[in-house]
Amino acid sequence: MNLITLKPNKENLNIYLALGTSLLCISFIDIFTNTFLDFNITGFLPSIVSYLSPLILGTFGLHFIRIEYSGNKTLDKINKNLNSSSTNAVLSLVVIFILIKYVPSLLNWLFFDANFLGSTKEDCNGEGACWVFVRVWFNRFMYGMYPDSEQWRINLSFLILLSSIGAIFILPQAFKKYIVLFLLFIFPIIALNLISGGIFGLKLIKTGSWGGLSLTFIVSAFALIFCFPIGVFLALGRRSDLPAIKYSSIGFIELWRGVPLITVLFMSAVMFPMFLPDGTYMDKLMRVIIAITLFEAAYMAEVVRGGLQALPRGQYDAAKSLGMGYWRMHFLVIMPQALKLVIPGIANTFLALVKDTPLIFVVGLLELAGMIGLAKTNPKWLGMATEGYVFAAIVFWIICFSMSRYSQKLEKKLSTDR
Amino acid sequence: MPNIIELKNVNKWFDKFQVLKEINLEVKPKEKIVVCGPSGSGKSTLIRCINRLEEHQEGSIVVDGKEISENTKNIENIRAEVGMVFQQFNLFPHLSILDNCSLAPIWVKKLPKKKAEELAMENLKRVQIEDQAAKFPGQLSGGQQQRAAIARALCMEPKIMLFDEPTSALDPEMIKEVLDVMVDLAKGGMTMIVVTHEMGFAKEVADNMIFMDEGRIVERAKTNDFFKNPKSNRTKLFLSQIL
Repeated sequence: MNLITLKPNKENLNIYLALGTSLLCISFIDIFTNTFLDFNITGFLPSIVSYLSPLILGTFGLHFIRIEYSGNKTLDKINKNLNSSSTNAVLSLVVIFILIKYVPSLLNWLFFDANFLGSTKEDCNGEGACWVFVRVWFNRFMYGMYPDSEQWRINLSFLILLSSIGAIFILPQAFKKYIVLFLLFIFPIIALNLISGGIFGLKLIKTGSWGGLSLTFIVSAFALIFCFPIGVFLALGRRSDLPAIKYSSIGFIELWRGVPLITVLFMSAVMFPMFLPDGTYMDKLMRVIIAITLFEAAYMAEVVRGGLQALPRGQYDAAKSLGMGYWRMHFLVIMPQALKLVIPGIANTFLALVKDTPLIFVVGLLELAGMIGLAKTNPKWLGMATEGYVFAAIVFWIICFSMSRYSQKLEKKLSTDR
Repeated sequence: MPNIIELKNVNKWFDKFQVLKEINLEVKPKEKIVVCGPSGSGKSTLIRCINRLEEHQEGSIVVDGKEISENTKNIENIRAEVGMVFQQFNLFPHLSILDNCSLAPIWVKKLPKKKAEELAMENLKRVQIEDQAAKFPGQLSGGQQQRAAIARALCMEPKIMLFDEPTSALDPEMIKEVLDVMVDLAKGGMTMIVVTHEMGFAKEVADNMIFMDEGRIVERAKTNDFFKNPKSNRTKLFLSQIL
């Protein structure tokens, strides 16, 4: 009798269920003893068979309990979601086994064996992660070399930012417009003056000592705000009928897209000052922000152009036939639709921008990842690279994931084709 | 009465292919003209030249005393006076029906928002879809969308309305509701040029018929004469096929 052709039906379901579940149980016990007790219950078999035994047993187990419809809710759910065919059964088992084998050890490293308390490297026992490192350096990771006594200025700026964003969600529609305008035009000036100081009796703090996560935010925020409109105009320029505008847009886009960001940053910091007239000076951070902005604007332009090209010609015809000129047609009819179409692409570019900011280390500016890089080379804290970069990864992931979620929400909100 | 539209010796090419050949056309105010002809005969291109959605290369087109030329300001003024309805409706999908209608009055004619919305509601009532004002184009049937598109054009209070096969993309049962609106509009005294294959509509409202083939106006006649004794053989053949 062929094992594969054995199939349960309504009458003999119970026998098959017992057989299948016991096979599955053995396979899971095998995995558990392997993982947690360091004991191989199938050790008497040849090594390759022993290695694959949980998978083989589990696959047969799932095969025996696979039935179209049993009436048992749990069984039907398992069959539908994990066990709809032999291939799916194997894939389900592999995924479950991987989770069982690796998630616990990951959690152990991250939390259960990790050290949180203390103030030096010696407080860590070395079994799990040494979060003491992050704790001790936390202030530097957030504020860079910004003097401790002046950090309230950064905090205040972010407090204003967060409360205005919060206000957008709470206040009625009529006020939202003003808050957005405030955020785009007035807030950057306030924040910049507050953080750099030099006026209103605030101590001047050179951009060289800015750093950490707050610098990540500053660079990203300015680059995001400016790269978007520049990208939109470049996209329009590239589709223009006027050759001068068209070809300079193409030239600009292709130039910036064709060079790596790291070389752009290097040139902005090292070569650009050589072209400035004597005596003029432009702040390093400013140059870096301009470089990132123009770099990402070139990408943004192509994303927006994609949206423009997806619009049917009829939309242009309709706008024109109502007497709209070039700008009114584009800003009332074309852009709102094109931008809505490319929200995923815009979000992509924004995420890439945020994750590109660590590259400013080449000009000596240290944002979050840069500060971690610096801290891990401190003689008292050697060997902490893993903890540092895991921390950086988590922080970046939180930022990027929230941006991604927001873009999805926006997409849903703006969708008008129900 | 002076002509409201005058085309003289208009020629137009798409690359090397000549789509309009020596077109001469005069339209009097309040005149209704139906243009018919086989596909590819240049009828859509002809009416798209009247509001400069297409450029003509030779000849002159004068609309309401203004000659169509490179002057963009002039073209925008002409377009504001000439309403157009398209085969594919071309409503703005990101705006509600009401906003579709009030957008151009607000931004082109500079009406205050409240005034523009009143005007929009008035015209939506005229095409009998005032109850759909808050919906988006994607939520409406084809016939309703086309009527909204007519209302949108009417909100600019145009002197002339151009219709480019307004019922060709509609299900048969929706054609009537759109034609009813157009008949109503014609009775209101609007100057209309309609490209259509709906001969019943043509017989009911048209003062003059134009038959086009291969980029030329083959025949222009009073509606009655056109259907009873067409002069050219090409027209006879065409009419025998569609009637």
